[in-house]
Amino acid sequence: MSEQTMNPSGHLHTVAQDWADEKQAFHVPWGKLMMWIFLISDTFIFSCFLIGYMNVRMSATEPWPYASEVFALTLFGNNIPLILIAIMTFILITSSGTMALAVRYAHFRDRKKIALFMFITAAFGASFVGMQAFEWTKLISEGVRPWANPFGAPQFGSIFFMVTGFHGLHVSIGVIYLSIVASKVLKGDYDKKNNYDIVEITGLYWHFVDLVWVFIFAFFYLW
Amino acid sequence: MEHSESQQHPIGVYLKVWLLLFVLSAMSYMVDYLNFQGMVRWSLIIIFMLLKAGFIVAIFMHVMWERMTLITAILGPPTVLLILIGFMASEGDHTFGTRVDYLGQPEAAERIHVSDVLGEDH
Repeated sequence: MSEQTMNPSGHLHTVAQDWADEKQAFHVPWGKLMMWIFLISDTFIFSCFLIGYMNVRMSATEPWPYASEVFALTLFGNNIPLILIAIMTFILITSSGTMALAVRYAHFRDRKKIALFMFITAAFGASFVGMQAFEWTKLISEGVRPWANPFGAPQFGSIFFMVTGFHGLHVSIGVIYLSIVASKVLKGDYDKKNNYDIVEITGLYWHFVDLVWVFIFAFFYLW
Repeated sequence: MEHSESQQHPIGVYLKVWLLLFVLSAMSYMVDYLNFQGMVRWSLIIIFMLLKAGFIVAIFMHVMWERMTLITAILGPPTVLLILIGFMASEGDHTFGTRVDYLGQPEAAERIHVSDVLGEDH
């Protein structure tokens, strides 16, 4: 047991030790382990979407639309390619940064700062969803549908609405989740058991949402 | 068991990673903005994507400070996706071939510019 506390991380030889004999294998709180298991299953869901996208794009005989042009915006008289998606990417990364700070302050039991940074994270998340709603509205008004679009292969529309819709749903749920946990932190609900694991667990979920966006950004918008 | 004690890191680590993710995102955006094409585009996109994903998982999600047992349990299962990618790529290629063989090439083989559909101001 003493070696476990001395060697909290890394090192392959600890694997055999942890799996050996009838004892707890994972030395993390239950909630955190369960969140990781959920995130692994969610990884498979998003992977199926993105691999399905790859399959559909490879097999489409009609030319694929130029994502860079489809998601361009005219700002101050200039037509800037993909700009809205770039802004959304920066917003989500910033929200991941503020979430990391909230998790850090959870170690110091600094209730006000935890709640502050979680609310900031939630606000960034809400603005991300807002921009996504704007993007959907713009594309729908231009005639993009799940079954057809004027810019090329019809599969583009179905993949777009399915993948960004499912990701946006994750962000929206994350915003609600963050707001609930942040208000409970502020009320001091977690002081009763002096257990702030929930902040780190919520953080895992939020970083995962950011992680998924990294892949969507690369494969759907940039490819 | 006293895991939380090992997970207090100086604030600088997070700010540096945050900045790095910003720079990497800007660089992957530049790949599109500067209109790189072909292998250069694809390799740059993949490199920046993997770097960003790695930093998020390792630092923000604290994986690099976890015990190896948890790390292998998290990173091991998703590697089987490589097999699915291989299968689906081969299947997609086959479907494309049969579509061309039986349905012929589509009328418009050229990619469509958005300005041709919506006018020049778009």
